[in-house]
Amino acid sequence: MSVGKKIYALYNDDAILIEGAKVVVAKGIKVSDTYSPFPIHGIERIIGIKWTRIAICAFMYGITGLALAISGMYYMMIVDWPMYIGGKPNNYFLQNMPSFVPIMFEFTVLCAAHGMALTYFLRNWTLPGVSAKNPHPRTTDDHFAMEIDPSENTSMSVEEIQNLLKETGTVEVFEK
Amino acid sequence: MEQFTIPNKVKRWSMIFMAIGGLALIMGIASLFMAGDEHAHHHAVARFWSNLLINGFFFFGIAACATFFMAVNYAAESGWWVVIKRILEAIGSFMPYGAVALFIVLIAGAFHMHHLYHWMDASVYSDFMVKTAEGITYYSEPVEGAIVNPDFDEIIAGKIAYLNVPFMIIRQLLIMGGWIYMWKRFRTRSLEEDLGFERGRHFKNVRDSAIFLVAFGYPISTFVPWDWIMSIDTHWFSTLFGWYVFSGLWLSAMIVAILMVVWLKSIGELKEVNDSHIHDLGKWMFAISFLWSYLFFSQFMLIWYANIPEEVTYFQARINAYPLLYWGMFFVNFIFPMIALMDRDKKRNRMMLTIMGIILFCGHWVDVYMLVTPGTMKQHGYIGLLEVGMAIGFVGLFAFVITRTLAKAPLVPKNHPFFDESVHHEIH
Repeated sequence: MSVGKKIYALYNDDAILIEGAKVVVAKGIKVSDTYSPFPIHGIERIIGIKWTRIAICAFMYGITGLALAISGMYYMMIVDWPMYIGGKPNNYFLQNMPSFVPIMFEFTVLCAAHGMALTYFLRNWTLPGVSAKNPHPRTTDDHFAMEIDPSENTSMSVEEIQNLLKETGTVEVFEK
Repeated sequence: MEQFTIPNKVKRWSMIFMAIGGLALIMGIASLFMAGDEHAHHHAVARFWSNLLINGFFFFGIAACATFFMAVNYAAESGWWVVIKRILEAIGSFMPYGAVALFIVLIAGAFHMHHLYHWMDASVYSDFMVKTAEGITYYSEPVEGAIVNPDFDEIIAGKIAYLNVPFMIIRQLLIMGGWIYMWKRFRTRSLEEDLGFERGRHFKNVRDSAIFLVAFGYPISTFVPWDWIMSIDTHWFSTLFGWYVFSGLWLSAMIVAILMVVWLKSIGELKEVNDSHIHDLGKWMFAISFLWSYLFFSQFMLIWYANIPEEVTYFQARINAYPLLYWGMFFVNFIFPMIALMDRDKKRNRMMLTIMGIILFCGHWVDVYMLVTPGTMKQHGYIGLLEVGMAIGFVGLFAFVITRTLAKAPLVPKNHPFFDESVHHEIH
């Protein structure tokens, strides 16, 4: 990420933002992000945001949880202190597997869910005490902002980009 | 309005399937008379009637669950489903045919033409009996010359207030008749709506679907699976059984809907259905597979863990005599959708959905087969020509009935208030 100022275009309707983004992208400008109070369907394809990899993370966290649960129960119930419960001799893991399934399942879900949530917070850096990064306070209310990094778009000057944005029905264009 | 005409290919194949089913039916009936000894005769009787029960129940359940899914969407006032509504309606139209097959089994049982339901045998209810040259008479009191009835079954006798033929006929007529009647109301209003939209009519559908959900939810989790399936193993009971059976049937209904949508798209119909609708249907197939697996395991694990003799007999009858079929069925119905449909793009892939749909459909037919056969035929059941033939026959009849209903009305209800929303349905 560059340290220079970025250009923001503020809209009061997500449909206008989508049209504006199409115009800007057609001119060969790279839109780095949009800020919105709710998901704007289809915007990721227009501005070319990569597909999220959190599903892959979730799978890995889940597998980790499953492995932890299996090894934990194997050590506790089979190796360290085998217990004879309800006619089920605890000498072999497989013979007792059905009774371990609920724990395996729950621990998989627990690890996948918590891992996903924490990854999401860390990746977006939305942690307790962190100040908000949205360019305009109203992007959490009823306005939508589009972010353009001038250092990524050297083919046009800042003024040219701003003039182009103003023609797309913005409420405001500002640098920050 | 554009009407859908059934392609001749489908007509021809459903006819061929029905002909195969007819042959299997004749074969089954002939086997009743050609059996050499009494043992072979019992075997043929149990096999033939079990088949009718399995297929009647499976396809009736699919039709009922399609109607249920329609009611869910009405009650939730959801928008996405409007373009596939006619398909659900068409699947629901099979209900009367399935109900007829089930009632044939019930009436035949009442006349002792078969012995699927042990509780229909009058001999298990009385403590005492008197044997004479004319025959046996049963008494609950020790009358003159009476001896102790060796067939007396205290557990079944205790269930007589619920498990008796007249009460079963009455409650099943009410339940199934009620469902068919409600389907008819939805269908009539849906056809009326093609002529012009009316606010009141739409809200009548919403109200009726709320009533239907109650009238469906209670019996499908209790009386319907209890009476037709669970009472085969008369001593055994499980409170989870109804939900388990229902989840399998619901999944099968969603699979039929997916297969219908993919087929109609492939012949150039249903242009309004886009990948998002197919994705949603794929999600349902994926999700209900896990609901079914979850309920299967919940029922199995508690009984396995508690290990109470009167409960484990049910699983012993299945696992000891049919280990491959029983565990294979569970493995296919649980692992296959998990691996094949986990990925987002696979749920949008029509080829993948078709292949998985056919595999899971067969898998859940085997599930219903496993619900019935170990109870009726003990360890002597097997999937042979008769089983396959009658299943194919029912598939043919099913396809014939639902495509005929589909051809009676435009494929898409254009006047439904959420039609526009459904056409523009987009998910990621």
